[in-house]
Amino acid sequence: MMETYGLTKHFKDVRAVDGIDLNVAPGELVALLGPNGAGKSTTLRMLTTLIPPTSGTARVAGFDVVRQQREVRMRIGYIGQGNGAGHSQRGRDELISQGRAYGLGVRSARARAATLIESLGLGEVADRRVSSLSGGQRRRLDIAMGLIHEPGLLFLDEPSTGLDPQNRANLQEHILDLRARHETTIVLTTHYLDEADSMAERVIVIDHGRIIADDTPAQLKAEHVGDRIILGFDHETDAASAAAAVARFDPERQDTRLTIRTQGAPRRVPEILDDLRTLGNPATEVEVVRPTLDDVFLKLTGRSLREGGTADSRELVEV
Amino acid sequence: MTTLVADTRTVFSRELRPVLRDPFTIIFSMVQPLVFLALFTPLLPDDSLQWFVPGIIVMSCLFASSMTGSNLLFEIQTGSHERMLVTPLRRPALLIGRALKEIVPMFAQAALIVAVCAPFGFRFNLVGALLGLVILAAFCIGLGALSYTLALASKNQEWLFWTVQQTLIFPLLLLAGVLLPIDNGPGWLQALARGNPLSYVVDAERALFAGDILSSATFGGLVAGAATAAVELWAGVRAMRNSD
Ligand SMILES: Nc1ncnc2c1ncn2[C@@H]1O[C@H](COP(=O)(O)OP(=O)(O)OP(=O)(O)O)[C@@H](O)[C@H]1O
Ligand SMILES: [Mg+2]
Repeated sequence: MMETYGLTKHFKDVRAVDGIDLNVAPGELVALLGPNGAGKSTTLRMLTTLIPPTSGTARVAGFDVVRQQREVRMRIGYIGQGNGAGHSQRGRDELISQGRAYGLGVRSARARAATLIESLGLGEVADRRVSSLSGGQRRRLDIAMGLIHEPGLLFLDEPSTGLDPQNRANLQEHILDLRARHETTIVLTTHYLDEADSMAERVIVIDHGRIIADDTPAQLKAEHVGDRIILGFDHETDAASAAAAVARFDPERQDTRLTIRTQGAPRRVPEILDDLRTLGNPATEVEVVRPTLDDVFLKLTGRSLREGGTADSRELVEV
Repeated sequence: MTTLVADTRTVFSRELRPVLRDPFTIIFSMVQPLVFLALFTPLLPDDSLQWFVPGIIVMSCLFASSMTGSNLLFEIQTGSHERMLVTPLRRPALLIGRALKEIVPMFAQAALIVAVCAPFGFRFNLVGALLGLVILAAFCIGLGALSYTLALASKNQEWLFWTVQQTLIFPLLLLAGVLLPIDNGPGWLQALARGNPLSYVVDAERALFAGDILSSATFGGLVAGAATAAVELWAGVRAMRNSD
């Protein structure tokens, strides 16, 4: 559905995108993850014909993004980081003119607009001036505009930024549904790690304009971080002797705690607890920490992507 | 699939819609030149209405189309311009549609001016006037495209747009003999005027409104209008392609 070779964009002396090779198969849902300024938007802007690459090539939906721009444009949808709907316009008008821009007739543009207004819950605000809508309402309107022509390949730049949790869930459902029903290929950027984790089967981590990891969320986590089992004891001496007992796992001790790094931690915990009990040195507390994409990110880039309120998959079990 | 005309109509009607929804500003700006005429013509020698009215029509169309980029500046910042650039809309349609949104209300205004001036002795030839408006539209589409290009170039520094727009528009007007005749000016001024495409458009308007259709002035105006439109549309499409 899309291939790039050495895709590069320099703005004066900023290497915004620095040689990206990327292949996306039809029907894939890919999330681009990266800190502010990593080059995510710039990449999408090249793929959607908005800016010419400094070097490298990209074929999108079968056509070259520099030489066959119109062909590309007819086959893709794009929801940018800004507001697609003009602030002095009304939402429904914008949806209809967007449909007309993609060659829909007046009647089908109206009908599509009405369907999207309904399914994105914009009924009450669609006939108001866009400038009077809340940020989240505007964002949903932008999304409706990107979907008006049911593109086979959809690019979304931070689609869920500014949405409340309910609307975020609603949008994710919408995207997954689009994919299930029309086999739409989807490339999105996001700062919400749980979103990338739960939606995308492929996560591409970008930093300083380069791809530094590209895999399924599960594989990324297993490969770069792994699970941790944290065992708590009443006394340091207990912890020390327990460390000797489970030496085969190469534990790290910190005061009364032992940390074991391993794959498939939940399946190992019963075995470890049994061992310790048999040796008369049972753990008093156990915690299984499964990695998040943020841990992967931290490992790969040395920086955290996490914003407040992101889900964390810690399970604390009292023994 | 769409055509250039259909694309232009899509852009044009999108632009015009908010204006029609809230017509007061446009009605107000349409009446302005009438006030201007009412205060200015009493100062002119008799029978100068015939010379002056076509100039006023050109002037208001010129002001309007030079504003094409101002609304665009805001849409570049919010993201809706980017959204439109990703659609398959033909690039010239984006330029022409936006320019027409400024020009069409001015044509309504031209009709109003002519209607108001007719009882005071302004004679006009309908066929000539219509052809005159076609030439004016071509020139103003070119100017609108230039204004669009200017907005693209000033997207990170809005002052640039206003500075250049203001700096260009008055010399352009004065050097075309819109408000005062150039004929009695010094040689250098006349030379500059001859290099100004607007001069040919204004001369053509005066000839055409007076019914002098098959004249060299008409021909000059046609060439100046078409050339301005072609050059500026070409430059505008290029600027859109290369804009970061
Ligand atoms: N038009 C431009 N002119 C100059 N520099 C630019 C331009 N657009 C982007 N940059 C620079 O390129 C780099 C990458 O920007 P980009 O917008 O692609 O980042 P991003 O990954 O989308 O970040 P964010 O998460 O903040 O949206 C940044 O350093 C940015 O300042
Ligand atoms: Mg971005």
